[in-house]
Amino acid sequence: MRTAQAVAWKEIQIYFSSPTAYIVGLIFLALTGFFFTQDLGDPFPEATLVPFFDGAIVMFILLAPALTMRLLAEESKLGTIELLLTSPVRDWEVIIGKYVASLVFFLVLVGLSFFYAILLFVYADPDPGPIYAGYLGFFLYGAAALAVGLLTSTMSNNQIVSAVVAMGILLALFFADRAFGSVSGLAGEIIGEMGIRGHFDDFSRGVIDTTNIVYFISVIAFFLFLSIRTLESRRWR
Amino acid sequence: MIQAEGLTHYYGPYPAIQDVNFGVRRGEILGFLGPNGAGKTTTMRILTGFMPPTRGTVTLDGYDVVEQSLEARRRVGYLPETVPLYTDMSVNGYLKYMGTLRGMPPKSIKARLDDVIGVCRLGDYRKTQIGKLSKGFRQRVGIAQAILHEPEVLVLDEPTIGIDPIQVVETRRLIKDLGKDQTVVLSSHILPEVSMLCDRVLIIDEGRIVAEDTPKNLAEGLQGVDRLEVEVGGPAAEILPVLKAVRGVNDVSHLNNNGRHTYTIQAQAGQDLRGAISQAVISNGWSLRGLQMVGMSLEEIFLRLTTHEEL
Repeated sequence: MRTAQAVAWKEIQIYFSSPTAYIVGLIFLALTGFFFTQDLGDPFPEATLVPFFDGAIVMFILLAPALTMRLLAEESKLGTIELLLTSPVRDWEVIIGKYVASLVFFLVLVGLSFFYAILLFVYADPDPGPIYAGYLGFFLYGAAALAVGLLTSTMSNNQIVSAVVAMGILLALFFADRAFGSVSGLAGEIIGEMGIRGHFDDFSRGVIDTTNIVYFISVIAFFLFLSIRTLESRRWR
Repeated sequence: MIQAEGLTHYYGPYPAIQDVNFGVRRGEILGFLGPNGAGKTTTMRILTGFMPPTRGTVTLDGYDVVEQSLEARRRVGYLPETVPLYTDMSVNGYLKYMGTLRGMPPKSIKARLDDVIGVCRLGDYRKTQIGKLSKGFRQRVGIAQAILHEPEVLVLDEPTIGIDPIQVVETRRLIKDLGKDQTVVLSSHILPEVSMLCDRVLIIDEGRIVAEDTPKNLAEGLQGVDRLEVEVGGPAAEILPVLKAVRGVNDVSHLNNNGRHTYTIQAQAGQDLRGAISQAVISNGWSLRGLQMVGMSLEEIFLRLTTHEEL
């Protein structure tokens, strides 16, 4: 466990000293700020974070892979993975350490976006339910997106390839609920349920449904499991 | 300490190493010698548990590197050929990180850090970012991380490649020192290095071990006959038959180098003919100007073993 902590701590330090992470943070805050203020121009503005959440989850399809692409792809590219994997470190400790680091950076971004919520509470009288639930949903959504990005970073030693594949998977998950109408029968049902968007929307409406929480936790567990297995597969005969 | 049996590794359809067997005793320095692409790095990677062999087993202190990988890895310090380092970390930070990965408690990392920095002479560069260090210093950082946790086995892949001659000498001295109480496996394509450092040499070519012995025995055993070089003052036409007639002499060749006549004598295996030869020369009234034994250099052996055309 101490080694997982060491891996996480090292990655966190790299996040806070690398330009990529700051650029991602800048884009995130600039654009979400824009989404947040969009509705304020209305004659009867609503004190809500829904536009912010809607914009943020789309942006995260692009931003999450940018945060995770480096994690293992760079180790493979530089060869540092050779020392990492010949140290007495379990594969899951490497994956969890890296994942936690990306999660910490993401939490900092989420924390910075509390600014919008604070503005609402100071200058208006918003319904707190959808805001709390929305943040929980957004956190789960982001955590799932980072797990997808971590898997693709484990699979390739090319950061670009890793990022693009992660974006592909996230886009597929994002639009999967369209299958409800276009794919007939049980298959459409299943693919539609896999859609990440439908599971998020409940949260931003203020509904905390166990099904949705289980969905996100399953997605995270599934992609982390695959990442661990992918890393392990280097040792398979 | 290390026991490798029937190691075979394929990259796709291509065999990198085939049926490699060897053992390393505790405290021994074993050298892998071979041309580039002979399978040295593949063997090192299997030893350290980075990748499994397609067939065969390696045990390290009794632990199988595949089945009991974690236990085996605890006992190894490894310096890969390319010395992969995190370039944006400081020397201190990097070594601390590697120490933690090796499962060292923070206290012993702190205590060892000063030792290792001293041994590898990194004292002035503790806070320097690794990316700003020269190749030779990076090599030292690489060695420092390999020895930090005082591993029982040290695996060094081409430890002196790409650094300047002064640093090469320093690195060799360091390895020699480490070999006093640790088991060291190193690979190299530089012959004098291996013969200087190692107790035993494995010559590997095209994925197979073609010879295994001490550097000294390898030179003697492979040659089969001992060679003497004698410089004699006198008429070559008379000297040649006399030398050939000495008991134990197989063959004599003559070389006239601006009036300096040297004769190369091939003696039968294990025979020391220096006495008989000098007597033969002196009793005939010629002057003996030089006499020395010429062993086959490791270089010649290496070429003979790994070159497939006739020399």
